[in-house]
Amino acid sequence: MAKTYFTEDHEWLRVEGGIATVGITNYAQEQLGDLVFVELPELGRKLAKGDTAVVVESVKAASDVYAPVDGEITEANTSLSSDPSLVNSAATGDGWLWKMKLADESQLEGLLDEAAYNAHIG
Amino acid sequence: MTGDDTKHLPLEDLHVAAGARFGAFAGWSMPLTYPAGVMKEHLHTREHAGLFDISHMKLFEISGPDAEALLNRACPFDAGALEISQSKYTFFLNEAAGIIDDLIVTRLGRERFMVVANAGNAEADEKHLRALAGDFDAKVDALDRVFLAIQGPEAWAALSRAGIETGSLLFMHGFEPRENWFMSRSGYTGEDGFEIGLPEVDARDLVARLLEDERVMWVGLAARDSLRLEAGLCLHGLDITPEIDPASAGLMWAVPKEVRASGAFIGADALRAILERGPAQKRVGLKPEGRQPVRAGAALFDADGNPAGHVTSGGFGPSAAHPVAIGYVQTSLATPGTKLFADVRGTKIPIDINPLPFTPHRYRKG
Repeated sequence: MAKTYFTEDHEWLRVEGGIATVGITNYAQEQLGDLVFVELPELGRKLAKGDTAVVVESVKAASDVYAPVDGEITEANTSLSSDPSLVNSAATGDGWLWKMKLADESQLEGLLDEAAYNAHIG
Repeated sequence: MTGDDTKHLPLEDLHVAAGARFGAFAGWSMPLTYPAGVMKEHLHTREHAGLFDISHMKLFEISGPDAEALLNRACPFDAGALEISQSKYTFFLNEAAGIIDDLIVTRLGRERFMVVANAGNAEADEKHLRALAGDFDAKVDALDRVFLAIQGPEAWAALSRAGIETGSLLFMHGFEPRENWFMSRSGYTGEDGFEIGLPEVDARDLVARLLEDERVMWVGLAARDSLRLEAGLCLHGLDITPEIDPASAGLMWAVPKEVRASGAFIGADALRAILERGPAQKRVGLKPEGRQPVRAGAALFDADGNPAGHVTSGGFGPSAAHPVAIGYVQTSLATPGTKLFADVRGTKIPIDINPLPFTPHRYRKG
């Protein structure tokens, strides 16, 4: 059964079988505006929590998306190469950014659940 | 700058009601985007008509027997050659021929001119003008106006429906259609369009009438930037600064030949010296390969990895459908087709020198 977590940096993680699918929240895509490019991570890259995993670029600015937990990249959403606007139209669905194998599942305990995230964005 | 110093647009309530997202620009809280988003706002402007609140920009009226002489001292142009209602793009230069600000000057009457200046430089411009005015029989008035731009191929039709006829007004001309109004056929998007300075109460009425028209939508500062970038137009503070002269910036078309030779404008000696030896760097258009934007500050390298210049503004061009940028490169490299590389977060992205503009200008010149 997949469980979804959120971060104060406006990312979501859906965790199933030790693999987290990571994206940005709908609130985040609204703040960024129309995305025109997503710089995807290399497969196999090891990330520590807080490392820049992906850069999303809107018409106006580039923004870092950080690794919410430690882990190793297992997949990048290559459909964003041809259609970065998927992040705008389906931030929590087809607009996911990458998948990572968790290094330490206990880090999930420090993340927000949906109610806490909704309270965070007010 | 603290939040308390932030300036607010007189029509801010209308932008809030329209669902604008705000951001800081040049000391002002400005609408960056509306719910339609930068992409749609940009494309709507190119296809129909975009309405922009540019009240952060400043209008100065210069009047008096020496108004012409004052402007000829402040700017490298010939104010005397302007016919009534004619506008010219020009600049204030410093003694080193660096660009203090770029402006549009319109002759309103025999001894009256309107100067439209950038938001970020408005205070410095006013000080500069007032200091100069001390040497001349001329008066500088900073006007308190709402300033709107309506830009795009249907701008004239939307204005006409709103009761404002523009038929005989050509590009780079302006006049005073009503008391305390100033309207010019000009803008900063590359499209046909108009800029209108007017009292707040009149502006509220005009905005309401314009927005009844489905051809018109609010457009924020984000799309204003992508539109001007595609049109190859300089943003002061990025593409031109007090450290950059008009020759390096490729703006000598705005300086008439006689003025170059014998004008007594501030910075004349420095500009002549630069022209004589040739500028070391030149402003160019840059087209990155692929879809990744290359933005202000990115360093440029030649094929051998030697430093070649830098990017001064860049982003994505919604109409061009590819990333677009403006930057400076060594004069020897400043030829369309030259292939360079831009450093974006450690990756070298191929980038070609491209003619400006990226999207053709569609001004109504007659």
